[in-house]
Amino acid sequence: MSETTLSYPKNREPAAFTQDELGWVPWLEPFPADQLTDRHWAGLVDASRAKSPYFLLLVRDPDILQARTKTDKDIFYNTSNGLPRAERELAATATSRHNGCIFCASVHSRFATQYSKRGVDIQRLLDEGAEAYIDPRWNAIINASVALADTPITFGDEQIEALRVAGLDDLEIVDVINGAAFFNWANRLMLSLGESTPSTKAQPA
Amino acid sequence: MSTIISDVIDHLAGIRPGSSLDRLRDQRPQARENAQKSYLALFEPEVPGNVTTLERFAIATFVAGLHRQPHVVGFYAASLQKLGHPRLTGMIEAEIVRGSAEGPYGRYPQGPLTVEDKEGPVYQVSASNRENLGFRLVAALEHAHLLVFHPRDASPAALQKLLDAGWSTTDIVTLSQLVAFLSFQIRVVVGLRALAGASAVETNDAEFVQIFTGVLASGTV
Repeated sequence: MSETTLSYPKNREPAAFTQDELGWVPWLEPFPADQLTDRHWAGLVDASRAKSPYFLLLVRDPDILQARTKTDKDIFYNTSNGLPRAERELAATATSRHNGCIFCASVHSRFATQYSKRGVDIQRLLDEGAEAYIDPRWNAIINASVALADTPITFGDEQIEALRVAGLDDLEIVDVINGAAFFNWANRLMLSLGESTPSTKAQPA
Repeated sequence: MSTIISDVIDHLAGIRPGSSLDRLRDQRPQARENAQKSYLALFEPEVPGNVTTLERFAIATFVAGLHRQPHVVGFYAASLQKLGHPRLTGMIEAEIVRGSAEGPYGRYPQGPLTVEDKEGPVYQVSASNRENLGFRLVAALEHAHLLVFHPRDASPAALQKLLDAGWSTTDIVTLSQLVAFLSFQIRVVVGLRALAGASAVETNDAEFVQIFTGVLASGTV
């Protein structure tokens, strides 16, 4: 087997949670961009993702990448009803903070700040972790995300009740569950297939 | 192999057509449809690649077991058993017990977060099962345990072990997606079940309570 891993001895991997734009480099060889077939393009969903080493690595199995990407988009971008985008991104950020994905947390904390205009609160979540007291509604979402990220999962009646008390209806709670659950998928891929870099190059979408 | 279950998350969460959770899930139709397509892409792939169906269900049974969700374990173990390896199911069950842990744990890059480093077990398949499971499955189970409980300990060296055991780069992508997808699927199931239980109490929807309790009692979830 001639395949090997890739390493970056000169990379200074970011060591703190940040809202800055980070880069990401793969530990395995991405699929060659000049050899993409129609099936690969379908897997990438957005042609622009062919510029990302993360998606070019994942496109080696195009069907699961396509389904993963479409799941992701509907959970986060379908905001015709349900939880505001800002709070879906909050769930993604809290999950990433708890699992320890500095890269994922950087991307989604920026989105959370962009949509909520509450960059200081988001930064406290990054700096202090899930214990940071922000406000009852955000803390209910953060706590639910953390409980869902634990293995074994500790999410249950207590978290549902806290979300209800904080004013979330059932559809909004489904959005919290979906958004937080999805980042348990995303965090594991990002953390295990490569490493973050201080620069903005190799930025996944 | 094919399945007659049209939506695995509904099946595992006990969601019946027309129920309030069925209607809620329909508000995110693409997510719902593509969560199912993800399952199919991983467990009934149109282009199977080098990762065998047996490997897929063995790893899934192990991952479900590490999450301590008996009905999800039962779902994947049933497929594993149908593939004709009763001893393999027993070995995986023994490895689930051996791999028991609480996550997430692991280390951060050296720096301000080092104070948050959390120690936890580095799982290895038992000596008695290594030979029977074979190099590929041994390496996959050990990597799956890393992904489930302490993904921030991941490294190129961890991937090299998979390459050394005969997993190609593309196989590793499939394996990673499989474990990561299950981490999602199981959480959606647990979350929706919790919501269903709470909804039943909160809304005092007698019919829904009856249906849901009936599903649980019938043992089909």
